[in-house]
Amino acid sequence: MKRWRFMTPLALFVVLLGFLGLGLNLKPREVPSPLIGKPAPAFVLPRLDNPEASMSQQDMAGKVWVLNVWASWCTPCLEEHPLWIDFARRNPAPLVGLNYKDGRKEAQTWLVRHGNPYATTVQDTKGLVGIDYGVYGVPETFVIDKQGVIRFKHIGPLTPDVLRDRIEPLLKQLNA
Amino acid sequence: MPDNHTPCSSRTVLPGLQRLLRSGIFALLLCAVAAVQAKEAPAAAEDPVLEKRTLAVAAELRCLVCQNQTIADSNAGLAVDLRNQVREMLRAGKSEKEIMAYMTQRYGDFVLYRPPVNSNTALLWFGPPTLLLVAGISLWLILRRRNQLGADQFEPDEAEPNPSAEASSARAPQPPPAALPTLHP
Repeated sequence: MKRWRFMTPLALFVVLLGFLGLGLNLKPREVPSPLIGKPAPAFVLPRLDNPEASMSQQDMAGKVWVLNVWASWCTPCLEEHPLWIDFARRNPAPLVGLNYKDGRKEAQTWLVRHGNPYATTVQDTKGLVGIDYGVYGVPETFVIDKQGVIRFKHIGPLTPDVLRDRIEPLLKQLNA
Repeated sequence: MPDNHTPCSSRTVLPGLQRLLRSGIFALLLCAVAAVQAKEAPAAAEDPVLEKRTLAVAAELRCLVCQNQTIADSNAGLAVDLRNQVREMLRAGKSEKEIMAYMTQRYGDFVLYRPPVNSNTALLWFGPPTLLLVAGISLWLILRRRNQLGADQFEPDEAEPNPSAEASSARAPQPPPAALPTLHP
């Protein structure tokens, strides 16, 4: 009886520790996107290289492509940038840049300085397309399939692991 | 402002008029300052009813950048954008329900400070009341069981004297202390 009384709080404490441990590994900043499995929201935006020309998500229909949200003011974007440069060299899928709430001149300077991995970059100056895509931080990355459906979203700077283990196998599978 | 920039030099103007002009310029400057300050909250001045509704809707939405704030409280860039979006949608005659649907379509149920009741959120909604109920029932059961036990069933506290012995001794007639003087011999 006495031992049981002593063990109960201890057992409860261990259960609590278990939950706290689980909580430590959760990432509350990474909100699951409701857009996975849904058609990529429509946009028509001016291109960074030529503001007279525009690009729409429709232009990528029939292709598996990657949409990367970036900005020249975004420090973590610099962190992931070498991975995109390498990605573009191997080119498993076209990479489209969504330049989010940025200036044309700043964005262009940034690309000249750090290299341009993007097949096309479009400008979302007001961030309205960003809202449609549920963007709440930069960088964010979307994988969109041939039917124009969002298949994967990565929040925050890309890591070699995510690129190797999640994005590239998915691209291979979608292109097969 | 340097004099050589103005085509008609102020020196040719009468002193009284000059003062008037100066105060006019000062008043204009004041207006300009007021305009610059007003720019920070243009919508509130424009339409207080709309602004109140905007804030009411915004207070229901979680800011994703600073997760413990609503988009009404936060001044993060995205919160400002979303507040503007809410304002525009209200202005366009959209209902609060439509705005909430718009936000959850993009950011998921997570943006709602009052998430809908579904299988994902059942634990969130019903967990605390269930725990309270379980705790209440156990407390009631334990107290009822203890109430039915005799006093001899309880372990005496070791540090203090036996409470039941103390209670019974208190009730027993005590002999008067011998040292006290008696008034009535």
